[in-house]
Amino acid sequence: MNLRPDPTFHASPKLAMQAPVENYAFTVMLSPDGSQSDGIAVVDVNPKSDTYGQIVHQVIVPNKGDEFHHFGWNACSSSLSPLTGHAFLERRYLIVPGIRSSRIYVIDVKEPLKAKIHKTIEPEELFAKTGYSRPHTIHCGPEGIYVSTLGGGGEDGTDGPPGIFIMDCETFEIIGQYEMDRGKQDKHYDFWWNLPQDYMVSSEWGLPPQFENGVVPEDLLSNKYGHSIHFWDLRARKNIQTMDFGENYQMALEIRPAHDPTKSYGFCGVVVDTTNLQGAIFTWWRDEDGVWQSKKTITIDPRPEKPENLPPLLQGFEAVPPLVTDIDLSLDDKYLYVACWGLGEMHQYDVSDPMNPVLTGKVELGGIARSTKHVNGKDFAYGPQMVEISRDGKRVYWTNSLYSTWDDQFYPDDEGGQMVMANNDENGFHLDPDFYIDFPKGLRSHQIRLEGGDCSTDSFCYPSV
Amino acid sequence: MPELTSMAALWGAVILSGLYHGINPGMGWPLAVSAALMEGKHKAMPKALAMLALGHFLAMIGILLPFSLMIFLVEWEVEIRIGAGLLVVAMGVYLLINRRHPRFLARVHPARLALWSFLAAMAHGAGLMLVPIYLGICAIGAEETGHLAAQALMANNIVTAFTVAVVHTFAMTLAGGVIAVIIYLWLGLRFLSKTWFNLDIVWALSLILVGGFGIYAASFGH
Repeated sequence: MNLRPDPTFHASPKLAMQAPVENYAFTVMLSPDGSQSDGIAVVDVNPKSDTYGQIVHQVIVPNKGDEFHHFGWNACSSSLSPLTGHAFLERRYLIVPGIRSSRIYVIDVKEPLKAKIHKTIEPEELFAKTGYSRPHTIHCGPEGIYVSTLGGGGEDGTDGPPGIFIMDCETFEIIGQYEMDRGKQDKHYDFWWNLPQDYMVSSEWGLPPQFENGVVPEDLLSNKYGHSIHFWDLRARKNIQTMDFGENYQMALEIRPAHDPTKSYGFCGVVVDTTNLQGAIFTWWRDEDGVWQSKKTITIDPRPEKPENLPPLLQGFEAVPPLVTDIDLSLDDKYLYVACWGLGEMHQYDVSDPMNPVLTGKVELGGIARSTKHVNGKDFAYGPQMVEISRDGKRVYWTNSLYSTWDDQFYPDDEGGQMVMANNDENGFHLDPDFYIDFPKGLRSHQIRLEGGDCSTDSFCYPSV
Repeated sequence: MPELTSMAALWGAVILSGLYHGINPGMGWPLAVSAALMEGKHKAMPKALAMLALGHFLAMIGILLPFSLMIFLVEWEVEIRIGAGLLVVAMGVYLLINRRHPRFLARVHPARLALWSFLAAMAHGAGLMLVPIYLGICAIGAEETGHLAAQALMANNIVTAFTVAVVHTFAMTLAGGVIAVIIYLWLGLRFLSKTWFNLDIVWALSLILVGGFGIYAASFGH
């Protein structure tokens, strides 16, 4: 407990943008076959440092087979709401779940170069206290730390629906299930909210048997992955509306609400439209009657390709689907970055008018049947995937691995983990030739978190003025 | 006129405790800033402050009234005041030991400010902080008016309870309102986190201090 609020807590998105920039990034390192332990790489992102663009410390966990994926902070700017009563928490711990093992590590990064494991929560405790498995997205909010899960109980995670559970934000004890009335929600992926407006939005990927051993083509073609998002009364813990995008919009993943809490809209990325292989972004908003609406505002076309250049999974389609697997919104709610992991492209859209996004920039890197090299001449395995924007909106970092078994299906010939950065400045959106990290052999990379918060962690309780 | 002096001191304490509660962000003034900014209207701020004040007032009166009903047992006056002092000290000690924040407060809808303010004041023993001061005022009042009938004494005490709660809540709203207005109109949100101090320990110690004063005053005079 501090005597003053943590200096990295900001009342509004605008103040967060003006705060000192990040010196370190924390990036997941995962062993795709469980032959090594997973870990968190501490990356030096201070251009003035001698070790700029290098992994300067690694926290390697003692277990194998965890498969790290997403992770988040124990506390963020949401603590500045007096309603929460947690203004004096420190942004100090990363909550890192193993998506395959259901084990959760709490890593102390107060001193990034000496980051270490603070606590480990074993899978059995998670199963017993929540009935959920395969923890995924982390957000800190009113009642503590909220964690979404992809699986329910039982060996294959299909015994009961997955959902969100709450952890104590000081002791990291698991408190229990979040939901009091989940309505139609039976699959889970991402979630986020607007704290003053008291709503939460959650999304759907698929159940564990649909992703753990790779994408199941029959399920995808028969539209059995998630295609709905759910709107919740956050504090009443009640599903108030389920919105079905249409069953062809398979895998509704990242939820990105506008950061400014006066706004009642946001975005959701859809991996693939099974009728035409397009990737899609939906804008969702609350209308004047308080009913949630949505509209498809971005479509990204597949690229035709000769079957012999394609992995077996895609040969029948003779095309490379964009595979929109991550999106991220800058803190000023101006730019939406869209990772097209299949095409090998990172798109930048101006979403100042959320109903009419405009493509303003594009970086080509990697990609199925294209493998575009980095501007520095080096290889980039797979395609652009987890994307994270600096708070000031000037630097966009991303890594390349989607999920171990899926990487192997879509990119059977690729291997490796890379992290790159693109600048967004007066010259537009372009790769930085000097920032390129090749991960230690045998390890892939996934989500990135930035020191002091980034564009997919902090929730703000006061508007930008 | 020692009686008049201590009476003035006690009313001063009522006002001071109000100002003290008011500047504590944990009692809600940042919510008034947030309300004005969220709605984009100046008038949302007085409305939010009024809601916070209402909740706080109800929490004060909710604690003071039971004591005002009790104190007509004149022969037990000293014991009641000592008991009340012990209760306040106990609350302070509890808050010192249990530094966790009550999680149920986080489940209140952000627009229900009066309810939140009431629960926050209750959970932090804000009303208890007034009890020894209030009982001191009642005791002096009883001496001044001589031996009234029990019913008249009780009526007096109830009026005093309302007056104490009103004066205290007014002082609190004034202090919180001034900070909220200054941040909203001039300083900006950056100062919201800068003016925020962790008062948890000070708060708990204040309860112990006030409780201790109550026990002392009951045992050795007023």
